[in-house]
Amino acid sequence: MTDIEFFKDGKRIDGRTYDQLRPMEAKAGVLKNADGSGYFRFGNTIAIAGVYGPREVHPKHLENPKEAILRCTYSMASFSTTERKRPGPDRRSIEISKVTTEAIKPVLFLEEFPRTSIDVYIEIIQADASTRCAGINAASIALADAGIPMRDLVASASAGKVAGEIVLDIAGKEDTEGEVDLPVAYYPKKNLVTLLQMDGKVSFEEFEKIFDLAVNGAKKVYEVQKKALKDKYKEEVVE
Amino acid sequence: MKEIVVPGEFLGEGISSFGTYKEEDKVYSKTVGILNKKGNEIRVVPLNGVYIPRRGDGIIAIVKDITFSMWILDINSPYTAVLSLSEGVEEFVDLTKTDLSKYYNYEDVLFAKVNNVTKSKTVQLSMRDRLCRKLVGGRLIKVTPTKVPRVIGKAGSMVEMIKKKTGTQIVVGQNGIIWVKGENQSVAIEAILEIERLSHIEGLTDKISKFLDEKLKR
Repeated sequence: MTDIEFFKDGKRIDGRTYDQLRPMEAKAGVLKNADGSGYFRFGNTIAIAGVYGPREVHPKHLENPKEAILRCTYSMASFSTTERKRPGPDRRSIEISKVTTEAIKPVLFLEEFPRTSIDVYIEIIQADASTRCAGINAASIALADAGIPMRDLVASASAGKVAGEIVLDIAGKEDTEGEVDLPVAYYPKKNLVTLLQMDGKVSFEEFEKIFDLAVNGAKKVYEVQKKALKDKYKEEVVE
Repeated sequence: MKEIVVPGEFLGEGISSFGTYKEEDKVYSKTVGILNKKGNEIRVVPLNGVYIPRRGDGIIAIVKDITFSMWILDINSPYTAVLSLSEGVEEFVDLTKTDLSKYYNYEDVLFAKVNNVTKSKTVQLSMRDRLCRKLVGGRLIKVTPTKVPRVIGKAGSMVEMIKKKTGTQIVVGQNGIIWVKGENQSVAIEAILEIERLSHIEGLTDKISKFLDEKLKR
């Protein structure tokens, strides 16, 4: 452990309270050439997602005659971190692509588009913890923007433990020096969890507290996502 | 102002129609779209999406490939369509002596009817309808397929108005491809793209009428 002072007068390093998310920003329809796109920002973490499809599947042997296949690709831009990230897929981004696909799949009506693929490309252009959460949030907005039938939007947020205290939405120093990080993707209408990962060690009681905090954070994200989708069409009316 | 809904939004209790789904007697939206309640029936008109073929649709298709006995066409959808010889040509054709490109060649544009769609989305087209024909010349534009009803208007009012004011020929395919031919075709195209952009606004026919008058003055 380091001797950084994480808490001062009930506030965190960046001046947030323990159960406060970083400032969020969400937009729909940010990419011109994609069928649907989304932008999501958690403080200094920025994710952009583009959706293509439903379209023909290539390679052909992956085709499923019963439903569409969902393929998410998570990628971090080489300039997204302080140290240059070697571009291209690596072990970590392949894992995140997989869990993102599984986090989003339950809300889609894939059976409406047999023999097609829905491709989601998530690009992290600025990274400061919770990139997978931001990626899922952007992808969710992008899928809705592309007009793909969905049961609900998926909202995601993370919580964790820093220097013995349980806090929501870990960022910056808290991430690199923290004890536990727990990202959660949440399917609000059914009250289901579609992604749950954790690194670090906690007792079961603490885990429950962190988990509840993350779910509450995701509920706030959900409201921001809904607003972003509605605002896209409001602006055009004002013109 | 029409109400815009997002996926998962609770819309009320009633009959779940297009663009919605039902769970425990409650109706929710499936897509980002415009809410439309008619009596007990709740429907959502999506603002974006791809074309999924249905039987009976009149669509504009482009010939992409020719095999021994059929044409394969691009219909602006995730699925390709086939037009068999018997559905495409009225007369008897001796396949040993004729090349099918004599009737419809590569890149030809056809207005065709969707004859049948299987569950795994194999699409069969037919030219056996009085409206079906090869479209020669003109320009093609693409609009979002879900917005085609707006381009057509109530009982064809919108498209008729554009035809009358610009003096062009227009054929609208249900799949979002629109064929325009005539002297003022670029004005007609601008008007159609304007409809697509403002499709969620009420009183659009008047707006487009003014838009056309202004453009045609110059």
